[in-house]
Amino acid sequence: MGMLISFRDWIDARFPLTKMWEEHLSKYYAPKNFNFWYFFGSLALLVLVLQIITGIFLTMNYKPDATMAFASVEYIMRDVDWGWLIRYMHSTGASAFFIVVYLHMFRAMLYGSYKGPRELLWIFGMMIYLALMAEAFFGYLLPWGQMSYWGAQVIISLFGAIPVIGDDLSLWIRGDFVISDVTLNRFFALHVIAVPFVLAILVVVHILALHEVGSNNPDGIEIKKNKDENGIPKDGIPFHPYYTVKDIVGVVVFLAFFSFVMFFAPEGGGYFLEAPNFEPANPLKTPEHIAPVWYFTPYYAMLRAVTIDIGPLSAKFLGVIVMGSAVVILFFLPWLDRSPVKSIRYRGPISKIMLALFVVAFVVLGWLGTQAPTDTKTTMAQVGTIAYFAFFLLMPFYSKIDSTKPVPDRVTG
Amino acid sequence: MSGDAVDTSKRRFLIAATTVMGTVGAVYTAVPFLASWMPSERAKAAGAPVEADISKLEEGQMVRVQWRGKPVWILKRTEEMLAALPGLDERLRDPASVEPQQPEYAQNGTRSIKPETLIAVGICTHLGCSPSFVPEAMPQPYDPDWKGGFFCPCHGSRFDLAGRVYKSVPAPLNLEIPPHMYVSNTLVLIGDDGGAA
Repeated sequence: MGMLISFRDWIDARFPLTKMWEEHLSKYYAPKNFNFWYFFGSLALLVLVLQIITGIFLTMNYKPDATMAFASVEYIMRDVDWGWLIRYMHSTGASAFFIVVYLHMFRAMLYGSYKGPRELLWIFGMMIYLALMAEAFFGYLLPWGQMSYWGAQVIISLFGAIPVIGDDLSLWIRGDFVISDVTLNRFFALHVIAVPFVLAILVVVHILALHEVGSNNPDGIEIKKNKDENGIPKDGIPFHPYYTVKDIVGVVVFLAFFSFVMFFAPEGGGYFLEAPNFEPANPLKTPEHIAPVWYFTPYYAMLRAVTIDIGPLSAKFLGVIVMGSAVVILFFLPWLDRSPVKSIRYRGPISKIMLALFVVAFVVLGWLGTQAPTDTKTTMAQVGTIAYFAFFLLMPFYSKIDSTKPVPDRVTG
Repeated sequence: MSGDAVDTSKRRFLIAATTVMGTVGAVYTAVPFLASWMPSERAKAAGAPVEADISKLEEGQMVRVQWRGKPVWILKRTEEMLAALPGLDERLRDPASVEPQQPEYAQNGTRSIKPETLIAVGICTHLGCSPSFVPEAMPQPYDPDWKGGFFCPCHGSRFDLAGRVYKSVPAPLNLEIPPHMYVSNTLVLIGDDGGAA
């Protein structure tokens, strides 16, 4: 024991090991009233680690070549020992990542975690979300199935809608006149090194920002305002061991669900791995029904919802603008919300109804995005798109006029 | 000047000059990396014209050939198909093919050199899916008065059998007619028209 301690002291004299441990774990005081919704941050980190490890092992057998990619994935699935497990872990992990991230974001919206002084924390989180979408998009091309190919074709064509530079921009992204081996190769590079690298840095920055301002909580109370004589928040408990132990419970339950999907329903009912992707990419034939993976479908539904031209602006360009704005507007959430209280617990009925409407709109749009377009569904998507934007654009008004309940000084249960 | 004094204005000038020069250098360094993403010489060379033999094409039948990696449709239209085209003008965005989506020699009612043979790039002008060929004139879920044409499964864009886009669909333009020429009566060259356009 004495030797271990002197070894630790030797390191501490050269590297801030104990200091970092204390700052981020054993002496990071988090509010004591975390609930169910607070599992998803640590779960997102877990999934990130799972994706990186499984991804590294997949690259050992995958071939980023248009003539070999599809077959190499099949090779992993059939011939590599445990290859199917690693691949399904990675593909299920992609959807799991978005599930936990969406729940994590919803938690922030429930309890006003994006409000000051956590605006930058929210923005870093949104950047992670963007990087994650890019990562998922690049990764989906790699198996070189029909949906990989045509999904990428549609998304890259989105850039072609930008006036003047659009066509050259999409040519530059593809590196060819159509999606080809060239595109596959560069997407591989982006998927396995460029974006994961950015993602890892952003996660570090996100956590550093969190530990600087301190965690929010279901009551939306700043626990730092109420400290004891030692300068420790009265409502705070050390992250380690209290929340590390709590998060282990979350991890166990999460892994149980994750394993169930991975072993018994790895295709996720056609939502996690789409059926046309079990056919090799065919540049001459678009699948009968094409839809992105479920985590992109709300935005995809909004893209399709725009069918009218406004003056010189084509419906195609406007659709792209609407889709882009739907993501960008999330960045402004901290400044759109004018409520004097953070948590939904102390907000009035209007905020609650609007948040509920937003969730309904997002889920319905998500479903519509998986469906083939019909007139009724397009109308529904238009209504959903309006509801989605109304939640944000009307927020400065309704969050201000809405009634509030008095916020207690100390956290509740 | 004493040894410890700092000439701040000189320092500011040097910092500014270094920043400007460094930025210029960084921009120049970025050029090769960004330019490496443009189509390579090999990709450009692969854009060569292709020949298609249409002697075995039956009336109402369509074949797909690949040009620059894109699907190009060759459809031999029947008398009824051609007869239905003028009646659709009211429902189309650009019935007279005003937009430059075709060479001059295909800027006509059938958008083709030979009236019966349509040669078009089978890529939707919306977001690049390849529309499905739905030749039968019969009611469809997306159009109860369907006269035959192309339906894009991605976003519901519709085109008639001359590749002309319908109104109120996401696609803004008619399908592209590639440059092409008939080498003989049954042999067509796609991607090259001998400078006719």
